[in-house]
Amino acid sequence: MKVLGLILAGEKGKGLGKLTSKRASAAVPIGGKYRAIDFTLSNMVRAGIKKVGVLTQYNPRSLMDHLGSGREWDLDRKRGGLYILQPYVSENDQYWYRGTADAMYQNITILRRGSEDYVLIGSGDHVFNFDFNALYDYHMTSMADITIMTKSIEGYDPKLYGVVKTNSEGKIVKFEEKHPNPEGDKINLGVYFVNKKMLMDLLYAAVPNGGYDFVSDIIISNLDMLRIMSYEFTGYWRNAKKSILEYKRINMDMLNQEISHELFYQNGKIFTKLKDLAPPKITSTGSVKNSIVADGSIISGNVVDSVIFRNVEIRSGAVVEDSIVLEGSVIEEGAKINNCILDKNVTIRSERVYKGYDEPLIFGKWQVM
Amino acid sequence: MTDVVAMILAGGQGTRLGVLTENIVKPAVPFGGKYRIIDFTLSNCTNSSIYTVGVLTQYKPRVLSKHLGIGRDWDLDRKQGGLSILSPYAASSKGEWYKGTAHAIHQNMDFIDQFSPKYVLVLSGDHVYAMDYNEMLDFHISKGSEATIACVRVPLSDASRFGTIITDNIYRIVDFEEKPSRPRSQLVSMGIYLFNWKILKKALIEDANDPNSAHDFGRNVIPRMLLEKRHMYAYEFDGYWRDVGTVYSFWVTNLELTHPMPALNLYDPNWRFYTHSEEMPPAFFGKKSKVINSLVSEGCIVYGDVEGSVLFQGVKVGEGSLVKNSVIMTNVDIGRNCHVENAVISENVIVKDGVSIGVGEEIENVERPDIYNHGISVIGERVLIASGAHIGKNCSVDNFLDMEKIGIKTLESGQNLRER
Repeated sequence: MKVLGLILAGEKGKGLGKLTSKRASAAVPIGGKYRAIDFTLSNMVRAGIKKVGVLTQYNPRSLMDHLGSGREWDLDRKRGGLYILQPYVSENDQYWYRGTADAMYQNITILRRGSEDYVLIGSGDHVFNFDFNALYDYHMTSMADITIMTKSIEGYDPKLYGVVKTNSEGKIVKFEEKHPNPEGDKINLGVYFVNKKMLMDLLYAAVPNGGYDFVSDIIISNLDMLRIMSYEFTGYWRNAKKSILEYKRINMDMLNQEISHELFYQNGKIFTKLKDLAPPKITSTGSVKNSIVADGSIISGNVVDSVIFRNVEIRSGAVVEDSIVLEGSVIEEGAKINNCILDKNVTIRSERVYKGYDEPLIFGKWQVM
Repeated sequence: MTDVVAMILAGGQGTRLGVLTENIVKPAVPFGGKYRIIDFTLSNCTNSSIYTVGVLTQYKPRVLSKHLGIGRDWDLDRKQGGLSILSPYAASSKGEWYKGTAHAIHQNMDFIDQFSPKYVLVLSGDHVYAMDYNEMLDFHISKGSEATIACVRVPLSDASRFGTIITDNIYRIVDFEEKPSRPRSQLVSMGIYLFNWKILKKALIEDANDPNSAHDFGRNVIPRMLLEKRHMYAYEFDGYWRDVGTVYSFWVTNLELTHPMPALNLYDPNWRFYTHSEEMPPAFFGKKSKVINSLVSEGCIVYGDVEGSVLFQGVKVGEGSLVKNSVIMTNVDIGRNCHVENAVISENVIVKDGVSIGVGEEIENVERPDIYNHGISVIGERVLIASGAHIGKNCSVDNFLDMEKIGIKTLESGQNLRER
């Protein structure tokens, strides 16, 4: 299949507070060593997509550092490969991306130039592992103009998602964005499969007339004219940028071996940037229970129900409970944290005690407590 | 260091590692949770800014070649120089295997010449160490040396196992003895040689024309250069260096990494060790698991207890099992209620429920007490150990054996299980 992958990764993710003050939501660390974008990127690469454009806007430094030349995803290629598509200044106009459709429209060259027949649009914020070949097959056999991935609304708050209603053959007949009492029973997963020529036509028709948003100006406004189909996904899917609680929940889900198996083994691997760190070490005073620990970490304290990223040091007597500790943080002797999220390179000085209540306490990058 | 070419000798079998090297060459033997032995030498090259590296392979090179690839993981995929795998080759007149360490380099003189280096660094892919070759080069240049041998100081009682170097008070080499019965010096060769290329080339050609030579650096080339009164110096290295040539030293060097503040610091950000590893999620520890003094690599899923052990990537330890003082290599699956002690288990072994390994009386190995000793039992790769099986101390199980199929459940201490 000749498919171009586009990943929307320009958002800040307001719901994540301090965690996205210095990085785009697609770059938030997940599950001990990954970044949110790794999931969609790896899913695309495993499905045989050789050319992927990443649309960035909000503080992309951390994201660009992570992606590099795309080597870890086998995207450092002579043909195809990884394209970082940033807003730019040109002779005629100088706009930030005014919406998702505008972002694609401003980069229409990548659509025009390539030899691909289809475009798969995904988001950098979604945590799931899926073989996109199934979506492609469905798109073909259902003779859709656009296929949207959806999932049963059960377990998701309709106020936070787009909700679709389908008829008996799966055609979408109604699409409501963030409605408290929607008619439909499936949420939109933000993954779209579309014929490239058609996408270009739709963009040319919408964006110059002020239709900047992909969902409302391309999908919803063409619901009657086009055959827009719903492909129902039944596996694990979460959106990392919705809220801090959701972010924490996703990380804690990695401790569930069924979810972990589905995400990292079942359909193939999730690739991420390699760091060449030594295996984690548990010393004679350390203890780790119901937790994951990534490479380079040295655990001398007690860790319970937590996610420990790379290069973390937990010294003896320290207690880490129900927390997420990002790369390079140090928890000194006798310190205790419970229900906290430590961003990168945070230091908790010895004997300090922190506990989050309704929401986890968040410590920003390089903070020393 | 663009005027240095490093040549890594990586063709030796390492017979004293028993089943561990029956299918792979010693430099490719896994070490330290995610590495292979050659990673240390390669990383030392990268960290010393030596980017032209030839790896000489001969014995069972499949795993090694796959591991090295184009050298990308060590930043050795370069437009200039980079990593080259140099295997024995056939030529129009005659093709031959490498007959010795010096012969291997002699056969690849064209390779070295294309870079026209000033110096050639001859290394061994068999050792675990952290060394900055720049310091040795500085020493070599400042002494006006033509050939420098890196050496370490060992107790006099151990020196007879090595090539010993006798120097004067300014480290000029006056004599060299291979494995002497009564050593005259504590300085022993690390098998690391730095030569001026012109002089080495001449010596290699002379050695190749000598029908009585075994074409070995230690036994032939170095003594010949000494006879010619070349300027040769001993560079004394005082850092971490281990020859993991025996099952016992392999086991003990791995377990040293689990001690507090081990001599080999794998966590030093200024001297990182690079490797080719699988992409796996972080290690998971279950609610009831008890893990202390251990390295537990990515992809491990631990429900049982682990003590003083090195677990490689993707190892599973089931509920109620205990793994103690053992080296468990990549993707080994240990079931429930097993007891594994003082064992080295190779890659992809399946240990079913209720198995005990390394438990029993301490009895000397019947066939090879020189390989399997100190109570350590060694299991070869892709072995299947049937549920409820019992394996004693000082045992070995050959690669690829399926104990269910051959219907064996008990292996007493000191026995070797082989394919019949």
